[in-house]
Amino acid sequence: MNMNPLKKTTLATASRHPQGEHSELLVRCYLQRPGFTLDVDLALPGRGVSVLFGHSGSGKTTLLRYIAGLERASGELVFQGQCWQDKHRSVPTWQRALAYVFQESSLFDHLTAAGNLQFAIQRARGPVEADDLEQVTELLGIQHTLKRYPHQLSGGERQRVAIARALLSKPRLLLMDEPLASLDEQRKQEILPWLERLKTHLDVPIVYVTHSPAEVARLADYLVALKDGLVVASGTLNDTLTRLDFPLQQGEDASVVLQGHIRERDSHWQLVRIGFANQPQDEDDGSIWISDPACRKDAPDSLTNRTGNAIDQPVRVRILARDVSLSLNRHDDTSIVNALPCTVEALSNGDHDALALVRVKVGETRLLSRMTRRSVVHLGLTPGQTLWAQVKSAALL
Amino acid sequence: MDISSADLTAVWLTIKLATLVTLILLLLATPIAWWLAHTRHPLRGPVSALVALPLVLPPSVLGFYLLLTMGPHGLIGQLTQSLGLGTLPFTFAGLVVASVFYSLPFVVQPIQNALEALGDRPREAAATLGAGPWDTFFHVILPLARPGFYTAAVLGFAHTIGEFGVVLMIGGNIPGVTQVISVQIYNHVEALDYGRAHTLAAGMVVFSFVVLLLLYGFRRDQGAKPLL
Repeated sequence: MNMNPLKKTTLATASRHPQGEHSELLVRCYLQRPGFTLDVDLALPGRGVSVLFGHSGSGKTTLLRYIAGLERASGELVFQGQCWQDKHRSVPTWQRALAYVFQESSLFDHLTAAGNLQFAIQRARGPVEADDLEQVTELLGIQHTLKRYPHQLSGGERQRVAIARALLSKPRLLLMDEPLASLDEQRKQEILPWLERLKTHLDVPIVYVTHSPAEVARLADYLVALKDGLVVASGTLNDTLTRLDFPLQQGEDASVVLQGHIRERDSHWQLVRIGFANQPQDEDDGSIWISDPACRKDAPDSLTNRTGNAIDQPVRVRILARDVSLSLNRHDDTSIVNALPCTVEALSNGDHDALALVRVKVGETRLLSRMTRRSVVHLGLTPGQTLWAQVKSAALL
Repeated sequence: MDISSADLTAVWLTIKLATLVTLILLLLATPIAWWLAHTRHPLRGPVSALVALPLVLPPSVLGFYLLLTMGPHGLIGQLTQSLGLGTLPFTFAGLVVASVFYSLPFVVQPIQNALEALGDRPREAAATLGAGPWDTFFHVILPLARPGFYTAAVLGFAHTIGEFGVVLMIGGNIPGVTQVISVQIYNHVEALDYGRAHTLAAGMVVFSFVVLLLLYGFRRDQGAKPLL
């Protein structure tokens, strides 16, 4: 931190590619306002989507604005080895190679959609290739909007143009503040697939703010939960979601989201087998059969395309804790087809509730199981015990 | 309907004065309006009040103090004398300076309102796209706040044309130098030459009406709030 930050910035820009090994974001932030204190010390990964999750008032937007330099706070900010803020100076927003998608449309009303995109291209932080504009407008499905002014666009279209504009400014960090919050449910479902496509097409790390568990499930790779200005949990999606004290897991909908790959397709019974492992070849982490959504008659195009015929394609699966039961022996005389060998890792300790939450490990993958407290005692569950997890159903996201 | 050459000189002088004052005011009022629209400084209130003062003060009061400050013993007077410019009262330059003070609120307030209505979002969005402060001002703020600037220019121009008390106090009645339309009308009335007074006065009424008509029509097209 004692180096001249300006010099450091130029050096880092010249010599380091975004995908270098220092690709990460260190955020230290302290801010005090009447009735609110934000105190955060985080290291976010340099790839994928990091979600800042929390209720309104948890400080997630303030933290994102601090990263962007739109909010003043004391602290330190280092992105890919470049110092954006320390004790002595704060690099102004426009000199940070980031882009920001605001909660509500922030398009410039005096410019057409195309004008808004050009504004970003003219000030892009990296070289803009000739076909970038075409690619991005196609990726976000906004070719038909280009000649129109923002007030002539629907809310969903405006937000997609705003995302396209952010991409065309060639950021090295993309910040998104509840980009779907101002939209109705139908528009959300319209944009979510674009965001998922973005994830796979873009090498730039994304920091994404939301209070929606559904968006966490579909987009997050890394999850930070904020409460009253403090970080209550942070880690990879599977690690944080399977923490028994994680705020998302308190209700009926306690669930895990697993990253997996399609391994097999049984077209006769219309099932797909999904394997959970980082490597498609690795079979240790178990796999489950679920109904093939691509075979559904009303399957939307996005789903059919996603699952299509692509074996080894990455997918996300959500398994509700109440759909996972545990048994001491493997049963073949049951209608549940998915039985996975597992070990008990932890049990929840709430004492006012008839239900307990049990965390089990299948290879490197963690699952949650919800059962009555009586069953816990009946089965004599203790950490380290090996048994079978039966997964009744799972949803492809 | 006859217009004497003295009247024509007055009309020309008035237009020259109003144009010059409007241009100066746009340059001067923009940073003041920007500061007032964005600052949380404790001086914001006092500065706002100071800028708005000419709205409520009798022009003769404003003119009186300007006469004192620009006179040989006033602050501005001593400055202009030390620069070898003499003193400003009873000169065209003095009239310009006085008019700038007099019309300042009419230019600051529409610009300030327009900037406040824009909010922080356009500036923030521009910054996150890599646009620096000047870039943002000229390519985002100025185009978005354009109706406010038009209103400011028209009001500043029209208000300068209509001033009378301040001119009399510090400019007097010198043909071709400080004798503007409003003063000339006064001269005609004093001389009981109602015909000539009518010509100029009716011209002013028509001019003002047309200006306001254009302004309101323009603002309605822009969907802006009513003026004042």
